[in-house]
Amino acid sequence: MNQTTQTLPEYNYKVVGQFAVMTVVWGIVGMSVGVLIAAQLIWPELNFETPWLTYSRLRPLHTNAVIFAFGGCALFATSYYVVQRTSQVRLFSDKLAAFTFWGWQAVIVLAALTLPQGLTSTKEYAELEWPIDILIALVWVAYLINFFGTMIIRKVSHIYVANWFYGAFIITVLVLHIANSMAIPVSFTKSYSLYGGAVDAMMQWWYGHNAVGFFLTAGFLGMMYYFVPKQAGRPVYSYRLSVIHFWALISLYIWAGPHHLHYTALPDWTQSLGMVMSVILFVPSWGGMINGIMTLSGAWHKLRTDPILRFLIVSLSFYGMSTFEGPMMAIKTVNALSHYTDWTIGHVHSGALGWVAMVSIGAVYHLIPVLFNKPSMYSTRLINTHFWLATVGVVLYIVAMWLSGVMQGLMWRAINTDGTLTYSFVQSLEASYKFYFIRFIGGCFVVAGMLTMAYNVFKTIRMPSEETTEDNAVAAPQAA
Amino acid sequence: MSSFWSIWISVISLGTILGCFLLLRWCLQNKTGVEEGDDMHHEFDGIIEINNQLPKWWTIMFYVTIVWGLLYLMWYPGLGNFAGLSGWTSSNQGIKSLAESKAATEYALQNNKIVAYDREIAQANEFFGPIFEGYAKQPIEALAVDEEALKIGQRLFLQNCSQCHGSDARGQRGFPNLTDNDWLYGGKPENIKQTLLQGRQGAMPAWIDSMGEAGIEEVVAYALSLSGRKVDQQTADRGEARFAVCVACHGPDGKGNQALGAPNLTDNIWLYGGSTTAVTETLTNGRAGVMPSFKDTLGEQKIHLVAAYVYSLSLEE
Repeated sequence: MNQTTQTLPEYNYKVVGQFAVMTVVWGIVGMSVGVLIAAQLIWPELNFETPWLTYSRLRPLHTNAVIFAFGGCALFATSYYVVQRTSQVRLFSDKLAAFTFWGWQAVIVLAALTLPQGLTSTKEYAELEWPIDILIALVWVAYLINFFGTMIIRKVSHIYVANWFYGAFIITVLVLHIANSMAIPVSFTKSYSLYGGAVDAMMQWWYGHNAVGFFLTAGFLGMMYYFVPKQAGRPVYSYRLSVIHFWALISLYIWAGPHHLHYTALPDWTQSLGMVMSVILFVPSWGGMINGIMTLSGAWHKLRTDPILRFLIVSLSFYGMSTFEGPMMAIKTVNALSHYTDWTIGHVHSGALGWVAMVSIGAVYHLIPVLFNKPSMYSTRLINTHFWLATVGVVLYIVAMWLSGVMQGLMWRAINTDGTLTYSFVQSLEASYKFYFIRFIGGCFVVAGMLTMAYNVFKTIRMPSEETTEDNAVAAPQAA
Repeated sequence: MSSFWSIWISVISLGTILGCFLLLRWCLQNKTGVEEGDDMHHEFDGIIEINNQLPKWWTIMFYVTIVWGLLYLMWYPGLGNFAGLSGWTSSNQGIKSLAESKAATEYALQNNKIVAYDREIAQANEFFGPIFEGYAKQPIEALAVDEEALKIGQRLFLQNCSQCHGSDARGQRGFPNLTDNDWLYGGKPENIKQTLLQGRQGAMPAWIDSMGEAGIEEVVAYALSLSGRKVDQQTADRGEARFAVCVACHGPDGKGNQALGAPNLTDNIWLYGGSTTAVTETLTNGRAGVMPSFKDTLGEQKIHLVAAYVYSLSLEE
């Protein structure tokens, strides 16, 4: 390695550590709320006749907590870490970094206070009311300045591919958030969208699908591009593949929103364009998966001994699966069956739990010993336990939702010989209960895994620190 | 949309696809200045990148989806105002009234345009229409004992009526029970059919302004006494005097009036609840019950079968 003769810069690990720990905390909170509302779908009395404990109020809390609190903290932690390490320079500004940490935690706490009270702009994944939206925008601008500032003062000539993805994610999320949240306030806690009718729906899903595309995909691909080669101790498979799949992915994703509005009042031309771009998008998405998995060539044996690497590689498999499933569901004919059913829920969770959560968990396990200056995680066996809990949980969840979703779609379209519908809605709901139960069990597995992780992280941080601050003590015990 | 926006949409969408194609071509040729299979000579925190060729099967998939995408955009509406070569649309978009809708359907038929929704409806009518035509010729009384007809009627009821009246047709607060042979607007077959065709609007006015709280308390006591409930007799007697204004709809004996949809107050069946609190609320704020018209959504022939099903529910009692 060519930097052995240089003195290493003092990285800002404080903010990375704060975000990494909060990733675990918010992961437990967000997923537990998910398990509670999954249980409420089977046993409605679990809302205890309390307005703020009802499904309608807790569902947005669950989505906001897992996407923006858990996923967001993971992205902040890893992007701040990766941009420093791959640019060989300390963060542009420690003060801005601290502002983004405390600002982001304030956003999360405000979300947890307002959503259960029913304060909502009603836009999916953008429910927070306008004062919180403004705070989000401020935090994000600070994040953008800090991230790009660090890249500008970098000590290496090129910009690493992970930083392209993080950079694209940060810029695009700012644009999406501001454009979609434009609203006219009528009071401190209530506002109305600037857009109306089909335009409002289109804006919402332009934002909504790119919350998936940029927040939950581009950002996490950035994470993948650092932690997979690092943990495997292998070079990235193909530089040229990363170029084409990056540019194709970010230019196609932005078009995909209309596939959420098939067979609605949205004009035909918008639906067709959204569908075409979504289908082409399948290929660059798989480019990322191939590049990640092929990076492991020559190091497959490490999967047997390294559960962190297993998290990372299984996350890529789920990524490949859901990015095949997504474009398929965007095809109108398939969408006619899948839309409004649990299939969509299953698809989202194979992406969110299988891809986003697993890659984040792998990255956090990699980070914690480095950040807190320990030789390794407290227990590799517990990481392995977590891996199996997470995998079994996700598989139970998505298989249950596939079965339930396809069954619902088929029941809703079944007709009798006289042209009347065979089943009423309530009959399809009744038939879904057994799958809701399996989903609930899957969710319990996932949360149990997160609790294992919290214990392991806590014990690791409490372990005696290493003597040296040698940079190479990265938690890759098997790396040659 | 204006031709500016149409061109704008076409240019950026085709530009995106073309851009992907050109970049793919560029990446397939090795323009990196590094030999294939070698590393890129930059290193980031110990990570190096290999200059490997793109996988062939993946490249082919990229070409196939691009070609398919372009064909799709040629065939279907997608590029702004360009309608696509197939002449297909999902529905008559942009219409604002039933008359416009009918005119658009007619226009599409004459000009051989494929309006998917119209075609599906036409097909369904052609295929299923004769079944309903056959039943429409029979009287409701006959259909109410015809098992096959009742099955269809029940399915239509479950899809269209159960949301308010319940799967078992026993109703809920504010929505009448259809099985108890107690009818707001009459229970003869023609009454039921009329209700379904035209809808009904129940209007109980609010009395708080004219009667005051004390007055309402008195009338409530009297109204409850009509169905044999135990009330304070003095209060009820004062209420009886005030009941004169109620007689106009509910009749002198409180037995209601089906021509107006005014409920019978003597049978202890309460649409909005029979507790003192509920009846007080009814008198204080009034009630506005709405049964929508199903004439346009279901059509008269299907309504005929639903009416037969609803009518049959009381026969069983």
